[in-house]
Amino acid sequence: MSWITPIPTARCHGADEPTRTVVSNLPYEDQRPRNQPNRRYAGNAVKTNKYTLWSFLPINLCEQFRRLANIYFVGIAALNFIPEVNAFQPQVALIPICVILTLTAIKDAWEDFRRYQSDRELNGTPCLVYSRSQHGFVERRWKDIQVGDFVQVLANDIIPADILLLHASDPNGVCHMETANLDGETNLKQRRVVSSFCAVKSPFDPLSFNATVICEKPNNNLNHFKGFLEKDQIKIGFGIESLLLRGCTVRNTAAASGIVVYAGHDTKSMLNNNRPRYKRSRVESKMNKEVLCCVFLLFCMCLIGAVGDVPIYFIPDSDGNETPSVVAGVYRFLTMIILLQVIIPISLYLSIELVKMGQVFFITQDIDLYDKEKDMRMQCRALNITEDLGQIQYVFSDKTGTLTENKMVFRRCTIMGTEYPHTENGESGKWNGVELAWKPSVSARRHTGMLWCIKHGLLLSHSLEVIPDQNLLWSVKEVERRGVAGHWGLQGATHLEFFLALAICNTVVVSTETAQRQRVRDPVQSTLYDIPTSSSSVVSEDEVQGTPCKGHTRRRQTWTASSLAGPKEVHYEAQSPDEAALVHAAKAYGFTLLERTPSHVSVRLPSGTTLTYEVLDVLTFDSVRSRMSIIVRHPHTKEIILYTKGADSGIMERLQNSFEDRSQMKSESRVIANKTQKHLDMYANDGLRTLCFTRKVVSEKNYYDWLVLRQGAMAAIDRKDELVRKTAADMETNLTLLGATGIEDRLQENVPETIQALREAGIQVCVLTGDKLETAVNIAYSCKLLDQQDLVFTFNTENTVQIQLSFPQLLHSVHGCRGIHCNPVFSSTCPATAQALVGLVIDGRTLGLLLDSDLQEGFVQLCTHCRAILCCRTTPLQKSRVVTLLRSKLGVMTLAIGDGANDVNMIQAADVGVGISGQEGMQAVMASDFAISRFKHLKKLLLVHGHWCYNRLANMIIYFFYKNVAYVNLLFWYQFFCGFSGTAMIDYWFMIFFNLFFTSAPPIMFGIMDREVSAAVLLQLPELYRRGQHEGGYRRSTFWIAIADAFYQSLVCFFVPYWTYKGSDIDIFTLGTPMNTASLFTIIFHLAIEIKSWTVVHWVIMVGSVVVYFVVTLAFCAMCVSCNPPSDPYWTMQEQMSDPMFYLVCILTTVVALLPRLRFPLADRYISQFLSKPSEMSCLPRLGELVALVSLGETYFQNTFVFRRFKLLTK
Amino acid sequence: KYKLDNRKSNVDMFNLTGPSRTNRPDNTAFTQQRLPAWQPILSAGIVIPGFTLIGLAFIGVGVALFVTSQKITDLEIDYTGVAATSPCFKCTSFAAENCMCQMEFTLTTLFEGPVFFYYGLTSYYQNFRTYGVSKDGYQLSGDTYYFNNPQDSCAPYQYDSNNNPIVPCGSIANSMFSDTFQLYQVVNGMKKQVPLDGKGIAWWTDYNIKYSNPALVNGSFANAFSGTVKPVNWSKPVYELDPTDQANNGFLNQNFLVWMRQAALPKFQKLYGRIAEGDYAQGLPAGNYTLLINYSYPVISFGGTKKVVLSNVSWMGGKNQFLGIAYLVIGSLCIVMAMVMLIIYAKYKFTDDDEDM
Repeated sequence: MSWITPIPTARCHGADEPTRTVVSNLPYEDQRPRNQPNRRYAGNAVKTNKYTLWSFLPINLCEQFRRLANIYFVGIAALNFIPEVNAFQPQVALIPICVILTLTAIKDAWEDFRRYQSDRELNGTPCLVYSRSQHGFVERRWKDIQVGDFVQVLANDIIPADILLLHASDPNGVCHMETANLDGETNLKQRRVVSSFCAVKSPFDPLSFNATVICEKPNNNLNHFKGFLEKDQIKIGFGIESLLLRGCTVRNTAAASGIVVYAGHDTKSMLNNNRPRYKRSRVESKMNKEVLCCVFLLFCMCLIGAVGDVPIYFIPDSDGNETPSVVAGVYRFLTMIILLQVIIPISLYLSIELVKMGQVFFITQDIDLYDKEKDMRMQCRALNITEDLGQIQYVFSDKTGTLTENKMVFRRCTIMGTEYPHTENGESGKWNGVELAWKPSVSARRHTGMLWCIKHGLLLSHSLEVIPDQNLLWSVKEVERRGVAGHWGLQGATHLEFFLALAICNTVVVSTETAQRQRVRDPVQSTLYDIPTSSSSVVSEDEVQGTPCKGHTRRRQTWTASSLAGPKEVHYEAQSPDEAALVHAAKAYGFTLLERTPSHVSVRLPSGTTLTYEVLDVLTFDSVRSRMSIIVRHPHTKEIILYTKGADSGIMERLQNSFEDRSQMKSESRVIANKTQKHLDMYANDGLRTLCFTRKVVSEKNYYDWLVLRQGAMAAIDRKDELVRKTAADMETNLTLLGATGIEDRLQENVPETIQALREAGIQVCVLTGDKLETAVNIAYSCKLLDQQDLVFTFNTENTVQIQLSFPQLLHSVHGCRGIHCNPVFSSTCPATAQALVGLVIDGRTLGLLLDSDLQEGFVQLCTHCRAILCCRTTPLQKSRVVTLLRSKLGVMTLAIGDGANDVNMIQAADVGVGISGQEGMQAVMASDFAISRFKHLKKLLLVHGHWCYNRLANMIIYFFYKNVAYVNLLFWYQFFCGFSGTAMIDYWFMIFFNLFFTSAPPIMFGIMDREVSAAVLLQLPELYRRGQHEGGYRRSTFWIAIADAFYQSLVCFFVPYWTYKGSDIDIFTLGTPMNTASLFTIIFHLAIEIKSWTVVHWVIMVGSVVVYFVVTLAFCAMCVSCNPPSDPYWTMQEQMSDPMFYLVCILTTVVALLPRLRFPLADRYISQFLSKPSEMSCLPRLGELVALVSLGETYFQNTFVFRRFKLLTK
Repeated sequence: KYKLDNRKSNVDMFNLTGPSRTNRPDNTAFTQQRLPAWQPILSAGIVIPGFTLIGLAFIGVGVALFVTSQKITDLEIDYTGVAATSPCFKCTSFAAENCMCQMEFTLTTLFEGPVFFYYGLTSYYQNFRTYGVSKDGYQLSGDTYYFNNPQDSCAPYQYDSNNNPIVPCGSIANSMFSDTFQLYQVVNGMKKQVPLDGKGIAWWTDYNIKYSNPALVNGSFANAFSGTVKPVNWSKPVYELDPTDQANNGFLNQNFLVWMRQAALPKFQKLYGRIAEGDYAQGLPAGNYTLLINYSYPVISFGGTKKVVLSNVSWMGGKNQFLGIAYLVIGSLCIVMAMVMLIIYAKYKFTDDDEDM
């Protein structure tokens, strides 16, 4: 048998081979495992859990000890086991590390168990695998599937492995698949049986499969796959269009069968299944430096302990000998480290994680960031960079789908040089557009639109629906009446051909079987969903009450239900919204796309006749060619026709001109091309997206010659993409221009306002788009990124020298601008606003030069001085390089926001990536750290949540450092009175409890819930955001002030009790009790002063902490007679609490310790009042002070006349 | 489905609503961070009266404390004997065994009772860590197993040179203060002993709960300690600490208990007895007194001093001026700050009003 030969090949195709060879398992069904040809490939059982029951402890511990903090902890605990240096009972010293390790282990175990459960469920899912002995598909589990097995998937089942499609129930060999589980895209993807298997008759017989599958090694590219079937020296190529992906769902197809090529962990979906990214936030990396400061502090304190020496009586070491003083010093040093270890805030890391979890909870809960239409709330995909949102300096935004709706509407077209403006269509489009809000005069035009719709009885049922241009509609009908299909005159034919191209030349799938997809919502929900499609449509209903058009409006409101549930309604599934818009436009003119299969496409003409073209090939879209083509055979004339659509840059150079015989025609086509180009420029100026349409008749010979090349390219493994692209380009020559279309992409709501607010917040907004320069500039003006008064520099050249020469001049003029327009009031404070009036527009080609050469520096310089930057025609890679360049050169915090796959690079390159879940699938969301549904949500996300998160976390971290230093220093001061021996006057248990129970919850609550300025004020005054950009909340100085305060407070907490009890008969732990208590009060009240708004939760936690302290301490002192042998605090708390002195000491200590804290804000206030005396009107408080004032308390802030002055200024 | 599960597992935690219901977040005050919040505003209207009140309260407390402390009398008698003129100088040499010395003092007025009799040490680090851990809590709670097997923490006072277990073991016990005192009032040339009541000077919990003596063996207390030796520095075994009172022996000896409760600071005093009986129940009358000291505890080697302190106590304990003065100072400070703020406030309040017009 021919398939036995590949086995040795399969064996030698080891790990170093670039391909994978798969043969059928069926002949080997009964043989032992080691004879199986595909045994080297991973099976289909997946295991995503890291641990087993037995390996959990060692592996988990190993992983935990990769963290430096844990090693430090263990080191300290280990030191305790050395008798010479131990400060505590060794066993007791193990407690903190054990607690931390256990908590982390429990968390890990729980997560792992969840993974295990989901794995088990998946592995146990039933599926159909072919069995030779039973001559049919039998039910197995997913985990039983091996590479080389034949698997059948029924409709609405999930595909268990990556399967090469060999058979489908559909007679055309097509299988539809929904990839929502993989990338979130809900449109159906078409998969095709490997070309030569189309002919195989139903039912499929795997036993007869005797070819060898050779394909690439497993990789994670979801959109790419190549390989070939080898049978009797014949190679049949296949690509991703024949691969069913694990995790996707089969739709619209009764059954699909194929051979498993990748299983389990080798499947593309599993290889794509990355863990959430770990990004380190800026505050955290800065914090690490502060931790080093603490290490330095600790070192100093231990050094003091080491050199401090006191003659001690009666205490020789355990051998009865005196230790040499140097050795004793080293011992003391180590002992001190153990005693004072808490100064390095290990628990801070855990607390920060908890705080961020809380912050993420509140961000996702925000109802303002909830999108009603998509029923989606804000998603935080990265859990640890919430506070970076408060420090953004540059926002890089995509245009399409991010600033705009990405709901394309057909607006205008030009056919054979004649422009059809579709004016009514344009007006109607504005009803629910944002323009309504800007132009009060629109109502008049709306009435004309209404009247028009009454006159023609046309109903707008969908926003994609197009109202045909009267002239065009008339000429189309006229042409059709005149001629029979296929025999149109030249002039008229182009009109028909144009619409045929619109209808055919795309990859839109027609779906009538909506019910099968089970995506129709329940009726209650769909009405909820549908009524408020847009507020302006409701307005329009009010305006036209009593007119016959009322029905029209009603209808429009419920379009979703009708188009989904209507029985004979044609439903289009388009991968790009442009295509959908075009197909709908063609439909409006009567050219309805009825059906599309790989082999044919049917269009109903306006006359009612249906043309069914045979599809010979589809040259799919790629961004290099920036066009797509379809090759069809006309049903009547049997001509082979190539329809191509694409961007004008990709089309215009490929038009026919030289091969024309008649010079007249030549000049005519040139005139048409020129006219069309003019129209295209006009469209672009209006902000429309343009596409050109061409047609070409291919002779049979040319086609078959080309086909050979094409098939060779398709079967290639090396450089396949390049070859395929080249063959496509070979075909797309000598095209005849039919016309061009202009598609409108409306701005999302509140985009200008959002950009304005971001700019006021000191955030530089850059738009990076793949669109044409004119389109992009137009959108930039309409979204207020550029202003009409702005000085706009446009870079559109490929000449390096030219740029080089122009740079100094440019920079000069930019600086000149600053000089003139500099606002004298703010001049001293914010150079950011001074660069008011320069905009920079860069074309993709120029951008490439700027990024590559040594022009980088100048470019970056220029960028810092520009108010707006707009890059057009950029590739995804360029987008990410711009982000990386500015990020690294300027050291700024960047945010990238986008919605499409082309934004993924940029989103990943930026510090913070935001994905918009829009029309173009979920790739951007999958790559992002935060996912929102509208651009306008960015405002609240940054200005409110970013500000809050940053300030909360910064305050929390500072407080944490302060808390640890304040508490540890108590112990340190005591060393001066115990011969630097490392004695703690506070029982070790209480020290643990202190950090674990008494003072842990308040700062965490503080980090999650404090709110120094309310959301409303933050949204009103975006300037307040600047504090975070310049790290106003978390400065080195703030840290050192907090540390100084901690030193002061610890001195007070130690020395007030010390002087009170000095010389008395007090014992160690009885002295420690008031110190501990006073310290607790100080730390808690310190936080109370820091808290800016008290809610119920604050009260409960703060009061609760104090109550817990007393309850736990009393209970411990009462119960523990000798739990902790050398140092037992038995009854000390009770003893102290029965002594009035205890209370007096605690009150005095707390008040004295907090006096500076209480005084500082007050002083601030009076100082700032002083600063804003009327005599110094011009000397407004600097923004920073303003913010400091705000942080004092919002209500107060609003009452001060500083605020009033500020409001006057901003008016 | 698994794809999403794995990827979004972290996010799912916050998805409180089920898949069937809408994803809309709950519009509650808590989740929307709209909880009614009280914002502490330190406005002049609150701060100035606040500071004044606190200041007044502190001054009040300060005065009470200061007056109380002033009422307390105390008398310190240093008997280290460093100076050659000191009566105890003779005992400072190493040769002196069972050295007795005598300190004289005179009271001009009545020393109001109850008078507490303390002994005090300075530069003595009872809080030194290795010293502080050097005891065996189980032994001291009367567990006879630990009589023969003292814990390692007691080393080097765990076993003596003959490898006999030491009871009570460890540095603390070994270094127990061994001077004894007798106080006499000189009445008409005759010495009249002032009774020092050594009972009840230790913590109640120490005496009743923490420490206990071993059970009698064959009716004899001493037998319970058979096989053990006394601490190296001790002259008598633990069961003979108080020859006058059989019940005040063993681990429950009051002086032993007081000693075992380690002092917090290197300068400390410990209660030795109370003068509350007989003729002296009202205090020590004016007159001449003689303090007879059995001087045996060496402190000069580490630069320490020894003293005897006579003091009467109030509700606030022994004499301590610090707290009263501190309260007075802070109270005054608060008042001063309130005044300053009032002045500033008054001044700028006017300018503020002017500006409003």
